[in-house]
Amino acid sequence: MKKKLCSLLLAALLTTAALGGCAGGTGESSGDNTSVESVTGESDAQPSETDPSEEDQESGPVYGGSAVVGIQQDIDSLDPHKATAAGTKEILFNIFEGLVKSDENGNLIGAVASDYTISEDGLVYTFTLRDNVKFHNGSVVTAEDVKYSLERASGLLDGTPLISTLSAITAVDILDEKTVQVTVGSANTELIYSFVAAIIPAGSGEEEGADPIGTGPFSFVSYKPQEGIVVKKNADYWQEGLPYLDEVNFKIVNSAETALMELQGGTIDIYPYLTDSQAQALKAGNTHQVISSPSNVVQALFLNNAVKPLDDVRVRQAILYAIDKDEINLFVGGGNGSLIGSAMLPTLADYYEDLNDVYGTGADVEKAKELLADAGYPDGFDLVIDIPSNYEFHMQTGEVIVEQLKAVGINATINAVEWNTWLTDIYNGRQYTATISGVTCDQTPGYMLNRFESTSAKNFINYTNAEYDEVYAQAQAALDLKEKAGYYKHLQELLVDDAATAFIQVPGNMTAISNRLAGYKFYPIYVQDMSTVYEVKQ
Amino acid sequence: MKLFAAGKKWNKYFVAGLIMTGLAVLLGVLGLFWTPYSTTAMSAAERFAAPSLRHWFGTDNFGRDIFSRVMQGMSTTILISAAVVLISGAAGVLLGALTGYFGGVLDEAVMRVTDAVNGFPSILLALVMISILGNGRQNLILSLGIVFVPSYVRIVRGEYLRLRDADYIKRARLMGVGRFRILFVHILPNILPVFGVSVMIGLNNAILAESGMSYLGIGVQAPDASLGNMLSDAQGYLQAAPWYALAPGLVIVWIVLGFSLFGEGIRRQME
Repeated sequence: MKKKLCSLLLAALLTTAALGGCAGGTGESSGDNTSVESVTGESDAQPSETDPSEEDQESGPVYGGSAVVGIQQDIDSLDPHKATAAGTKEILFNIFEGLVKSDENGNLIGAVASDYTISEDGLVYTFTLRDNVKFHNGSVVTAEDVKYSLERASGLLDGTPLISTLSAITAVDILDEKTVQVTVGSANTELIYSFVAAIIPAGSGEEEGADPIGTGPFSFVSYKPQEGIVVKKNADYWQEGLPYLDEVNFKIVNSAETALMELQGGTIDIYPYLTDSQAQALKAGNTHQVISSPSNVVQALFLNNAVKPLDDVRVRQAILYAIDKDEINLFVGGGNGSLIGSAMLPTLADYYEDLNDVYGTGADVEKAKELLADAGYPDGFDLVIDIPSNYEFHMQTGEVIVEQLKAVGINATINAVEWNTWLTDIYNGRQYTATISGVTCDQTPGYMLNRFESTSAKNFINYTNAEYDEVYAQAQAALDLKEKAGYYKHLQELLVDDAATAFIQVPGNMTAISNRLAGYKFYPIYVQDMSTVYEVKQ
Repeated sequence: MKLFAAGKKWNKYFVAGLIMTGLAVLLGVLGLFWTPYSTTAMSAAERFAAPSLRHWFGTDNFGRDIFSRVMQGMSTTILISAAVVLISGAAGVLLGALTGYFGGVLDEAVMRVTDAVNGFPSILLALVMISILGNGRQNLILSLGIVFVPSYVRIVRGEYLRLRDADYIKRARLMGVGRFRILFVHILPNILPVFGVSVMIGLNNAILAESGMSYLGIGVQAPDASLGNMLSDAQGYLQAAPWYALAPGLVIVWIVLGFSLFGEGIRRQME
């Protein structure tokens, strides 16, 4: 009898685990409930139900106050040149600045430097320093500090480059006390994006890891492993009127479930990684604005171009025709994703070409069947799709794609793999036929295109096209941005012509912001800019 | 000893268990061949539909009919559990009979191994085996089968120990009956009441273990439904569609309760 009681108890537990175990995983929403405005750039976010923007206009920004931001993982290093995790950089963005920095549109604006010029041949960068930019320790930023910071990051100081892209720098010269000239070994128009590397006081070096000093809108107060990092207002910040808040606490929230509870309980104010179902739950409470914005992740059904039957371009085209991206976006992303046809973030507007129409965002079953028959598979074939099991989002996408492929006769099955196995066997080992995953991009437009060059170590779809390689090389050498954009667009077209891979979407990010705050800005890169956030007068 | 001896009244445990289990197995078997709707067809128009006459248990985030998926899940879960019990029960009877009847070094060795296996939580052990064998339905059956062997070995061994010196066995031995005939023809039928109950309990444990493993994303892979992976999928939509989690959860409770009552009923019926 005891055993039976036990098993009954277990059954009850299993049920309650599902019922009580707070919303987890990547969620979903009812289609008609997802009328969340996509907000980019500067705005008082569109709230879900009650609209406090009217109130904002009366009261305007208020100085003072504080905010708690929930973050997903611990910091890997407080040294800005050594930090590599995206989750660390998004926070250090508030403490450190480079000669230039990104704005919310993905463009570079002057930060420590007020202006810069690049020589015709692309080899010499001349930066003019902004007047009276102060470090958090009170001293004014000098050309010496800039020289030291760049030499440290590029490896000129001790031979080991801390930021690999900056290793192209061959010399840093001080022309006068307000002008620094940087010489690089080879021309690369995208190198300017690397000058977001933090400027730190000359000689501070290793101390940065314990007591980071930068020029950003907030200065470092304290850091506790597994708990978080606290920063306070930099009163001497060079941008007039910023920041508004006196203190910001970046608090580590380990699981998505606790994040929702903390948001509802008011112990965190801003959380940028909501799942769609959590967003639904929050919106019901009317205490938060939930805003979706494009992420910088490219989600795709990656096809191994070297494996039968996907080595046949007609088969790959058939798959692209069979996939209904609209449906995936609705079912899995709550309609918040931006559909893409090729390897470029739509937010990089100068370089992006909308190629969604080539294979259509919906499904073209007839066309797909035709192509399959042409390729010698009139009855379809078996296809195993490997998916990293920790990503609920990709797993659900897989379920939808399996169903869509079934309609054209392709018998697809999902094989859930562990993340580490995915990295070693599939990403690095290239032992797969098809896989669904996401690739995180930075703001350099060539980042995603680079991985399709035939010799690239990141080319895990084994795409080879001599023309692509040639155009890619031309794009790298091009100094004129218009010309470069032209090459990049051509590359995107080549990927689509060859049906290299089934690009799906750039999923939306869901951010929750407490109603007592406003002014949150969305960036096309992975940063949490707290300088423009302010408390709303109640 | 007879289950349906003439004039014997069926006890209420047995009847309730039979009805509950029967219904579950019936639906499960039906689910192998036919479901009201396709279990994988998605419909954007019918996402998160609440339970209605059209969709008895409502629909899920892909607009799939939950009742159809529960039927498929029941057949998957019951089939896997039955296969697990078959493997572990057969191995358990064989090992238990040999060790219980002959004793000696073999007995010591087998019992120490079962002690070792019992030393770990069964789910954990099955997880380890899955991570070695790889994911999939067959491997799930195999690993759960192995994990559940010790429970049967202990029960069967105990019964053989008890019966090996019974008078009728001694007599059979004196008459020169072969060892294996004694083991499986003379003793085995006499342990069936005890073994039957442990099979019922084993089925329950296997159903829970299968659901637990699928809940953790191991075993039955989407888009195939099992009660466990439905629960896990439903977890994200507790507020949007509470019926999604309730349906597989209640069905698990129903099946486990049914088998428990059935097992208890059999035991009482045989007294």
